[in-house]
Amino acid sequence: MTKPGVDLTPYLRQEMMPTVWCPGCGHGIIARSIATALMELGLDMDLVAIVGGIGCSGRAPFYFDANSMHTTHGRALAYATGLKMVNPGLTVIVPMGDGDAAAIGGNHLIHAARRNIDITAIIFNNSIYGMTGGQGAPTSPVDSRSTTSPLGSIEPAFDMVELALAAGATYVARTTTFDFQEMPKLITGAIRHHGFSLVEVLSQCPTYYGRLNKLGEAPDMLLYERDRTKLLEAFGPAPEITREEMVGQMPIGLFRDAERPEYIDQYHGLVARAGGGK
Amino acid sequence: MARTTLGQEVLTGGEATAHAMRQIRPDVVPIYPITPQTPIIQTFSRFVADGRVDTVLLQVESEHSAMSAAVGAALAGARTMTATASQGLALMIEVLYIASGLRAPVVMAVGNRALSAPINIHGDHSDGMLARDSGAVQIFAQDAQEAYDLMVMAPRIAEHAAVLLPVLVGQDGFSVTHSAENVSLLRDEEVQDFVGPYEIPYPLLGDRPSSQGLFAMPDSYYELKVRQAQALEAAEQVFADVGRAFALRFGRHIGAVEAYRMDGAERAIVLIGSTAGTAKDAVDALRQRGEKVGLVVVRLYRPFPHQVLAEALGGVERVAVLDRAVSPGTYPPLYSDIRAGYAGPAELRSYVYGLGGRDTAPEDIERVYRDLLVPRTAGIRYLNLMGEDQHGES
Ligand SMILES: Cc1ncc(C[n+]2csc(CCOP(=O)(O)OP(=O)(O)O)c2C)c(N)n1
Ligand code: SF4
Ligand SMILES: [Mg+2]
Repeated sequence: MTKPGVDLTPYLRQEMMPTVWCPGCGHGIIARSIATALMELGLDMDLVAIVGGIGCSGRAPFYFDANSMHTTHGRALAYATGLKMVNPGLTVIVPMGDGDAAAIGGNHLIHAARRNIDITAIIFNNSIYGMTGGQGAPTSPVDSRSTTSPLGSIEPAFDMVELALAAGATYVARTTTFDFQEMPKLITGAIRHHGFSLVEVLSQCPTYYGRLNKLGEAPDMLLYERDRTKLLEAFGPAPEITREEMVGQMPIGLFRDAERPEYIDQYHGLVARAGGGK
Repeated sequence: MARTTLGQEVLTGGEATAHAMRQIRPDVVPIYPITPQTPIIQTFSRFVADGRVDTVLLQVESEHSAMSAAVGAALAGARTMTATASQGLALMIEVLYIASGLRAPVVMAVGNRALSAPINIHGDHSDGMLARDSGAVQIFAQDAQEAYDLMVMAPRIAEHAAVLLPVLVGQDGFSVTHSAENVSLLRDEEVQDFVGPYEIPYPLLGDRPSSQGLFAMPDSYYELKVRQAQALEAAEQVFADVGRAFALRFGRHIGAVEAYRMDGAERAIVLIGSTAGTAKDAVDALRQRGEKVGLVVVRLYRPFPHQVLAEALGGVERVAVLDRAVSPGTYPPLYSDIRAGYAGPAELRSYVYGLGGRDTAPEDIERVYRDLLVPRTAGIRYLNLMGEDQHGES
């Protein structure tokens, strides 16, 4: 963890402060973790590209002193794919809302994972559409309240980790804003990993999700994140845990860190074998 | 005659639209949020949750899905409505063409907003103009009352046997969707009676099974497209008839265009949407000083009411057409539309204003009227463009 007093300012755009995020919003904790990871990796910020979608989370690219793009809702991974293909030397990080990742842009997520392109997606999952005023998302748990499901959601939520694993992502982790000490390590690992990496961070939106679900203020929501999750290791070597067992104890930690040919490498390999690219 | 209104209520355009939807009682409403449409769907969701309307509310994962679900529901025999704005309408466009082609009479509210990039959430008409060749009927409201009234009229236009096309009712983002004003709501029963039951000739579910959207070869596609275009043309008369029926019953007349103080006018402005309110104030001020100016507000945009507009312009000498959208590479949409069908005596001039929510004050409108006194060469003038006197006022 960055010690208090560690200077992260070289990684941030001072002129953009303060952020637009509400007091107590979890998105700031995630942004701080990304900055910490960038510092720990000692990356040259001129070789980092941060591509965001639209949403409260979509504002994140504004705050890093890197090349950045603010794109369209849910499509950031598609823009990032184009960017990375022609400039594989860039470290490409895509902060996404759960709406970006699981709703309107779900298609892009599974295909980026399937191709195993070397991009790091960080999902700011607050279980709701924050920016548009607290509507239900495909990540809103059953029975949770939103402005479009005032009687509780009847739809099962996506488990973003399961989705990423099934789609073929080669680095998959989940953490929470309560676990702010672990988070930079998982993000550092994700950026370092060669292939498609996904870190899902369970974040708090006190303004909508917290208020509508009577979860209290931001500190109460942090404890709620702590209490509804359990370290992957703590599940023990037991076989697969069932969904029923997971209720109230969603596993967090590093789920996969595996090698599989990366898309751009494959592409250039094919071009070389075909005798092109000379 | 029985009193048909509930009296005045203070409502935003978005809330008034949600009330119209509640009173129409659509069977299905697929929803996906986007600013500034959110007050419409959130208010409507609350009505559904409170049991005030029995509608299947479908929460989907994007506007593309919303419009697709709407087409499916409408063709299956359900009265279907939805709402969107900006990037959401952009994403719906593919399916909007499908809705028109399959003759699915989906009614949709649009909170008109600028398009990306760069991102901007404020009002202009760029999103609506994306839909102008989609085959949908397009109507723009000036204020919350019109947004409500036009929404009540919309199902009868969409579902009319001679039309059977989607209808988009636009209202300016924020200045109408989020601005509270006095709106007089009709009684629920009156609205239901006015709208009538949903009937389309060939529902997917029914006694006569049908297949929709099949391949049309070069020997039939052309005819189908021309018939579809003729149906949109027919919507002009249907709009007028439904407007007359609405006026007879409820005492408020909403025509394809509104002519404001056009009697004896020598100079006129033509525009769409909420800036009409600002322009009316400017016209009043100038008329008070004896200047012969008037205003024409276009409500029905597709089909374009060429004849009605020409009549409204009458013998005016110079006309400033104000567009809140551009069509890069040529003249902006409203100007081009008017130019294409206008054979009257007036000189038409093109002005662009208010992109991305840039303010337009009564003084700006007065400057346009003053500019109309001066001879000008052709070209587009940009009101309130920073750093440049694009208005060309001397
Ligand atoms: C095509 C399109 N449809 C709808 C929107 C409106 N919109 C903006 S942000 C957003 C949801 C944001 O939710 P999420 O991705 O979870 O981010 P959060 O604000 O919660 O961080 C939506 C629906 C949009 N920008 N573009
Ligand atoms: S609305 Fe929610 S997600 Fe958005 S900034 Fe506020 S607390 Fe964060
Ligand atoms: Mg979210």
